Amino acid sequence: MSEPTLVDQLKQKFGAAITGANLENVDPWIEVAPEAIVAVCAYLRDEPSLAFDYCNSVTAVDYLHVDEKKAAKSEWQPHLEVVYHLFSMQHKHSLVLKAMLARWRDDEVGELPEIDSVAHVWRTADWHERECYDLFGIHFLGHPNLRRILCPEDWVGHPLRKDYEMPLEYHGIRGR
Amino acid sequence: MSTVDDPRTIEFDVRTDEMLVNMGPQHPSTHGVLRLVLRTDGEVVSEVTPHLGYLHRCAEKIGENLTPRQFIPYTDRMDYLAGMNMNLGWALAIEKLMKYEPPEKGRHLRVIISEMGRIASHLVGMGAYGLDLGTFSPFLYAFRERERILDLFEEVCGARLTYSYITVGGATADLPPGWLEKCEAFLTQLEPIIVEYHTLLTTNSIFIKRTAAIGVMSAATAIDYGTSGPVLRGSGVDHDLRRDGEEIYTAMYDGYAFEVIVEKNGHYPKDHQYPAVPQEAILGDCWHRFYVRMLEVMQSIDLVRQGIDRYSRASGSYGEPMKLNQKLPKGEAYLETEAPRGQMGFYIVSNGEAIPWRARARSSSFCNLSVASELCRDCLIADVPAIVGSLDIVMGEIDR
Repeated sequence: MSEPTLVDQLKQKFGAAITGANLENVDPWIEVAPEAIVAVCAYLRDEPSLAFDYCNSVTAVDYLHVDEKKAAKSEWQPHLEVVYHLFSMQHKHSLVLKAMLARWRDDEVGELPEIDSVAHVWRTADWHERECYDLFGIHFLGHPNLRRILCPEDWVGHPLRKDYEMPLEYHGIRGR
Repeated sequence: MSTVDDPRTIEFDVRTDEMLVNMGPQHPSTHGVLRLVLRTDGEVVSEVTPHLGYLHRCAEKIGENLTPRQFIPYTDRMDYLAGMNMNLGWALAIEKLMKYEPPEKGRHLRVIISEMGRIASHLVGMGAYGLDLGTFSPFLYAFRERERILDLFEEVCGARLTYSYITVGGATADLPPGWLEKCEAFLTQLEPIIVEYHTLLTTNSIFIKRTAAIGVMSAATAIDYGTSGPVLRGSGVDHDLRRDGEEIYTAMYDGYAFEVIVEKNGHYPKDHQYPAVPQEAILGDCWHRFYVRMLEVMQSIDLVRQGIDRYSRASGSYGEPMKLNQKLPKGEAYLETEAPRGQMGFYIVSNGEAIPWRARARSSSFCNLSVASELCRDCLIADVPAIVGSLDIVMGEIDR
């Protein structure tokens, strides 16, 4: 499987839903519009020549400079990336998908951004998306059981966001 | 008024209600601080819900505030039974991002050390599994042997559990003089002992009754849930990253002779040397997962021997560690390695500074545990430790 041909193949199938690609990186990646993520994932899994039947990981990266000086010089606008690492047991090839989200839905601080869940495409994604929700505050629509998984259920905030502040106190335990 | 003899009353008295039973987080057979909530009806479990996070330290957040070499000690504390393999996974992921190739001698050193780590880890897995099923002695035997490996590791790096030995660039030090001979002598002793362990557990009829045809997982389920390592191969999926992984990792094993331990047409590689698969066992059950681990110990012994041979013939450096505050190239890299418990992945995003923008750890036990509720559906309460034990989880790695 070569990445440039795959990008063309996906563009032919999904058109504008394939929003970009980076083929120069160590691990090339393909960017998908959040609305199309389930359709693209299901296609990647079911198309026999691709057969991405194994999901390694679903995670996210928060792009935000807390420091204002750095933010002014930054090449990117603040956003969240959901990153999918896929693998095919049959063909032994791998792929990285990305979906870009706003840090807050409709730019209203506190409103979690949303993306469709792929938990029914790969069962691995079930727990990985829960972890992602827990640590990044991304709402996975249609997830069978979207609860916190690593932090306690009454935890406030999403620790892997760059602007997260460690609580000073949790049930009488000192935070710092 | 009815008497006790009234059959309807007796029926009423023994009627069982659905009950929620809490197992853990302080339960000997949950391998650390795992809490399972069992929905039971009498002896039958209808649902198992794992609750995690009791050991959560948000290692990924720590990774965003330290340079890669400073993060090495934190990887030790993920799978604390296989610290060497965790160090290796992280080091290789950084090296992949930096497009750095460790020298030949360093690669063989890493094979020796990581395969020894695998033996130590599988010994604990095997011993603790016996413990889960109510037999104490295999645990003592396994720990006796593991102790010798820890002694060897102590000689190499001074630590017995949290090594931080393999590091970005190579290793923190070369193997001490005379170490290879000691290692070889240990392997010669270990080999016949493993045969003995097969008589203790593998062919023990009680052990077979407790594990054969229990917790059967099909290959499709194993792949769907993203399981890896012996759990995946125990279901008959022919996949091992030491052969099928990315080039930077498989290059370590270039020229090494080994076969992936997986059942093909009812046979494991070289299975004439080891006890046959009992008739009761079904591919994908607890027995097979255990057996794959046992055979992997033998395979690792063989790999260490090959490594020792190549290492002593290789010349040059073992690979100096990179500078503590070395700047990383801009970009991102994801790499999985075959740790004893499965595929341990690290994902690094760098914006060109010495400290990564994002450090993600994909845990193998995390995915392996997620299949537990599927496997435990409609089993007996006594089978829950057998099934969870056969997944051989380490909570430090799951919770990170």
